[in-house]
Amino acid sequence: MADGEFCVLLGPSGCGKTTLLRIIAGLESATGGSVHVDEQRVDLLPPRERDVAFVFQNYALYPHMTVSENLGFSLRLRGAPKEETKKRVAEVARLLELDHQLDRKPQQLSGGQRQRVALGRAIVRRPKLFLFDEPLSNLDATLRSNMRVELARLHERLRSTMIYVTHDQAEAMTLGEKVVVLNRGQIQQIGTPAEIYHRPGNLFVAGFVGQPQMNFIQGRVADGRVLVAKSGMNLDLTRIMIDDRLKVSPIDYTIGIRPEDLRPCSRSEAWFGGIADFVEDLGSDCFVHVMANGEKLIARAPGRTPIRRGDEVFLRSVPERVHVFQGDKRVE
Amino acid sequence: MKKLAFVGAVLLIGAFTLLPFLWFFLTSWKSAGEISAIPPVILPSFRWDNYRAAIVEYGLLHYIMNSAVVATATTVISIFVASLAAFALARFRLHWARYYLMLLLALSMFPQIAIAGPVWRLLSFVGWLNSYQGIVAAYIAFSLPFAVWVLTTFFRELPYDIEEAALIDGCTRWQALRLIVFPLAAPGIFTAAILVFIQAWNEFFFALIILTYPALQTLPVGIALFPGEYTMPWGEIAAASTLATLPLVALTLLFQRRIVQGLSAGAVKG
Repeated sequence: MADGEFCVLLGPSGCGKTTLLRIIAGLESATGGSVHVDEQRVDLLPPRERDVAFVFQNYALYPHMTVSENLGFSLRLRGAPKEETKKRVAEVARLLELDHQLDRKPQQLSGGQRQRVALGRAIVRRPKLFLFDEPLSNLDATLRSNMRVELARLHERLRSTMIYVTHDQAEAMTLGEKVVVLNRGQIQQIGTPAEIYHRPGNLFVAGFVGQPQMNFIQGRVADGRVLVAKSGMNLDLTRIMIDDRLKVSPIDYTIGIRPEDLRPCSRSEAWFGGIADFVEDLGSDCFVHVMANGEKLIARAPGRTPIRRGDEVFLRSVPERVHVFQGDKRVE
Repeated sequence: MKKLAFVGAVLLIGAFTLLPFLWFFLTSWKSAGEISAIPPVILPSFRWDNYRAAIVEYGLLHYIMNSAVVATATTVISIFVASLAAFALARFRLHWARYYLMLLLALSMFPQIAIAGPVWRLLSFVGWLNSYQGIVAAYIAFSLPFAVWVLTTFFRELPYDIEEAALIDGCTRWQALRLIVFPLAAPGIFTAAILVFIQAWNEFFFALIILTYPALQTLPVGIALFPGEYTMPWGEIAAASTLATLPLVALTLLFQRRIVQGLSAGAVKG
C-alpha cells in the first residue's frame, strides 16, 4: 500500500482481518510470508521496534494511569524529555478535545472520551503506520457516525498511513481510499470504495457490500436467449439487453441487481412482475419486497410510495447496472 | 424484617468466630486466681503481669522475630516465583497448563503428615534441619502450588489487550510486567501474599519437627512449649497468643483496601 493511504480491511467476523492486523503489529506471528514497513522487513522484530500504533476495539487504556499518563506512556518509555512529552500530550489533547480530562482516570470517562484517549495514544507517537481494530464498534450509533467523520478529518490532517479493520461497510465506504474485502482468510477484491460497490469482482463481494443485499437470480441459459432460473422463472435476456454477456453453457450464471437499481415501472416495460410481499418504509426510501415467480426481489421505491402489501408490482432496471457472474466470477 | 435477619446472622457468625478470641484476650489480662476461679470471672482486673512474663521470662519477642523472618522469607520468595509462573500459565498458550494446574491443586491439598517423614529426611540430608532456610524451603513447597493457583486465576482475568497495548507502546516484556501487569494485579498479589503469610505464621507441625533448637523456634511452637512439667501458665499463653495474632490483624486491615480495590475496572469497555 502507498504512503499516506487510508486502507480499510472489510469482511465478516472471523474472516481473518483482525489476525492480519495483529500480524502487522507483531502481536501474532504468521505461518508464512513477510511484513514490510517502509521497505524494511519487520516481521521478525518485536512490536515495539516496528514503529506502528494500534488502536484496540476495547480501547485497552491503562486503568491505573491518568489520561495524560496514558497519552505520554510511549514517549516516557522512549526516554523523551519531560518538556517535550508534556508539549506533545497537550497538543494531542487539544486536537481531540481532551484538555479538561487530562487528570482523570479512564473509568471516569465516557465511551467516546475513552475512544479519543485510545486514538490520542496512537497519534502522540507519530508512528509510521496506524492500525485500527474496529475502533468504533463499541460506540452508540450517533457517536459512531460523528467519530467516523472525525477520523476522516484526522487522516486528512495527519496524512499518515493507516490500516483500518471493520465489518461495517459504511465505515469502509466513508473512510477508505482503498478497500480490501476479505473472506475466510482470502482477499476477495482490492479497490476504491466505488469500484468495490459498482464493480464487485465476485459473488461474495457483491453480496457483502450494500444494504439491503443485492438481488441474485441464479439459473442456466437455455435456448440461447432465455435464462431459466432455479426457481422456475424465465427471463427473456434479449429484452434486458445483457445477452452478449451470457452464453449457452452448462455453467450456472448469477444475475445481480442492487435494490436501488430496480425501480417500479409500467407493465409494458417490466422485466419482472410480482406481488408486493412486504413494504419497509424508512422515510426517505421504501424497500419493497416482491415475490416474482418464486424469486424474492427487493426494490427501492421513493419514500411515501403508494405500493401496499398485496399489490401487483412491475420492476425494471438498466442493462449497465446489471451484474453478471459466471460461477463465482464477474463477467464483463 | 429482612434487614433484621441479616444483621442477626452477621452478629451470630461474628460471635461464633470471635468468642474464643475474646476469651483468651480477656484471660490474658487476668490474674492466676481469676483464671482458675469457679464460677468464671468474666471481666479481668487488667494486669500487665502475663504480658511481662511472656516477654521477659518466656522470651516471646525472640519467637516473634523468628516467625517474622520465616513468614516474610516464605511470602517474598513464594509470591515472586508464583507471580512469574502464574503469568506464564495464564498468558502463554500451553496445552498442558490445565493439567498442570490440576496437579498443583491436588498437591496443595496434600496432607502435611504424609510428607513429613520424607521432608525431614531430605532436610537432614542437606543439613538444613534447625535452620531458617530449612523451614522456609518446607513452607515454600506447600505455599507455592497454592499461590500459583490463586495468581493464575487472577492473571487470567486481566484483559490481555492492555498488555498488548503496552508492548506496542514500546515496552519490553519485562517492562510490560513491571509497569502494567503487576500494578493491575496488585490486589490479587496482595491477597495471595497475605494468605501465604498467615499460613506460614501459623504453621505448627513442620516447625515442631524441623526446628528443635529453642533459638530458632517460631511462635506456635514456642507458645506450645510454654507449659512446664508441673505448670500450666494459661495467662502467659493467652498473652502470647494475643500478641501473636496482632500482626496478622494489622496486616489484614492495612491491605484490606488494596485487596478489595477493583483496579482493573474501566480498563476496557464497561
